[in-house]
Amino acid sequence: MPALTPLEIETLRLSLRVGVVSVAASLPFGIVVAWLLARRQFPGKILLDGLVHLPLVLPPVVVGYGLLVLFGRNGPIGGLLYDAFGITFAFNWKGAALASAAMAFPLMVRAMRLALELVDRRLEAAARTLGAGRLRVFLTITVPLMAPGILTGAILGFARSISEFGATITFVSNIPGETRTLPLALYALTQVPGGDRAAWRLALLSVLLAMAALVASELLARRLDRRIRGVA
Amino acid sequence: MIEIDVEKRLGGFHLAARFAAPATGITALFGRSGAGKTTLVNLLAGLERPDRGRIAVGGDVLFSAEDGVDVPTEQRRLGYVFQEGRLFPHYSVRGNLTYGRRRGRGAAVSVDAVVALLGLEALLDRRPGDLSGGEKQRVAIGRALLAEPRLLLMDEPLASLDAPRKAEIMPFIERLRDELRIPVIYVSHAMEEIMRLADTLVLLSEGRVAAVGAVEELTSRLDLRPLTGRHEAGAVIRATVAGHDVTYGLSELAFPGGRLRVSHVALPLGSPVRARIRARDVALATTRPAGISFRNIFPARVTEIAADRAPIVDIKLDIGTAEQPVALWARVTARAVQELQLAPGRAVFALVKTVALDRASYGRYDPAPGEDDDTL
Repeated sequence: MPALTPLEIETLRLSLRVGVVSVAASLPFGIVVAWLLARRQFPGKILLDGLVHLPLVLPPVVVGYGLLVLFGRNGPIGGLLYDAFGITFAFNWKGAALASAAMAFPLMVRAMRLALELVDRRLEAAARTLGAGRLRVFLTITVPLMAPGILTGAILGFARSISEFGATITFVSNIPGETRTLPLALYALTQVPGGDRAAWRLALLSVLLAMAALVASELLARRLDRRIRGVA
Repeated sequence: MIEIDVEKRLGGFHLAARFAAPATGITALFGRSGAGKTTLVNLLAGLERPDRGRIAVGGDVLFSAEDGVDVPTEQRRLGYVFQEGRLFPHYSVRGNLTYGRRRGRGAAVSVDAVVALLGLEALLDRRPGDLSGGEKQRVAIGRALLAEPRLLLMDEPLASLDAPRKAEIMPFIERLRDELRIPVIYVSHAMEEIMRLADTLVLLSEGRVAAVGAVEELTSRLDLRPLTGRHEAGAVIRATVAGHDVTYGLSELAFPGGRLRVSHVALPLGSPVRARIRARDVALATTRPAGISFRNIFPARVTEIAADRAPIVDIKLDIGTAEQPVALWARVTARAVQELQLAPGRAVFALVKTVALDRASYGRYDPAPGEDDDTL
């Protein structure tokens, strides 16, 4: 395959940026929500569970539209964020990252929650008898022991983010150089005559990217797993 | 003092335990599985919460339902050695050992001292997954010690180990007691461990405290046999190492009223020891026998006869002096009782085989428990 064209490079860089930022920004929330769902009993837990998983079963267009209503410049949350911090999600790459994060969140939380449920709580109790408060136990015992799950969640989230289409195009439209990620660029190419060859190249690029992410996650997870099983 | 008065309901199980024990030496919690031993230790550590009651250690109230006190586990300063070790798999041995170190406090126990005490030098950079069961328990003990607890809780630390590993750990626990002088609550259902290690015994049965007292005292009570164990039943005698016979590999232990000849004991002269003599290793005679291989023949007086489990009868004897009675048990058949006309007050001779007493039958003890209350 010949070298990437400048347009392809721009698209790829935008996609990676959207993917990385969406995962990085949602990871802490994901860990907290996974912890709430796995460990805590509170009223409304079923509701939170449902809300988190909703993007998995809703048409992505609905999620995109919901984000548009809530996070648009005049939306209840979007307006607030703009007034307070000058941040806006409307029709820019940050909005694309937000849409991707919303769609990837359930996958991420699921992976982390499963990992958290496998963490041996007796080790946490042991840490407390050694004088560690709850936060220190969480940071030094719980999080390291669920690290493979966090990693899997992050990679799954990343793969899902760079593949996001429906919510993104609904929320932030398809603006070249700003919100036109790989899938959106691919879509645009299929809408014009003679775009077949370029579309194929983008499709192949998407496959390579996703495969690389999955293989990397598997290799890293194995290493981490050996580490937390206490074998050098 | 360790003061406990708690109630806890767990499904169909009801624990209602009340006792006070000195905060020195090793206090053993003994009972069958399901007696509530682990629950009681978890309540002490704050890992479970009593339904009502009060827990205090060395005058500090750790839990009081009445006053709404419930000190969190991490602030109780009680070390806990779990049955399964519970080492952190993602830390090295060194990382595990130092996990509970407190920053900014003058350390009374140094890492080096604990590493030396427990023989961990070669393990420091290893990971828990590479350690044997015995090594794991030694690291777990070290880790608990280095958090500098005021009291160490040990929940059957030897139960998951085979006999050679048990024998490997036992001396280290003795060193905790003798060298660091840290008070220990030791949970076990193995009488030989208790007899070797413990000073005070708390007998638990079905969620209740059946008896509290010195190990020798409780193990020589006939009425507690169902709890202390029938097969292994026997008396515990306090003695001091009085002589070694190198030629024959024997030692003599002096107790009020006589000398017990036993297989060689690797302790210096004058060491206080506790010797456990099982009832089934003691025979009785009405006249002093001659030409017999028994090396221990003590004039004795029958004090009590327990015939509740005929045809096997446990006879409690006194082989001590008038001022200091020393209890010994003999297990004989009902027929022997009749033929020898054994009855309370009868003078007899108690015969104990030297070889019946092996290494597992001895333990050092603190000759004057209670003098070190300030170690808390």
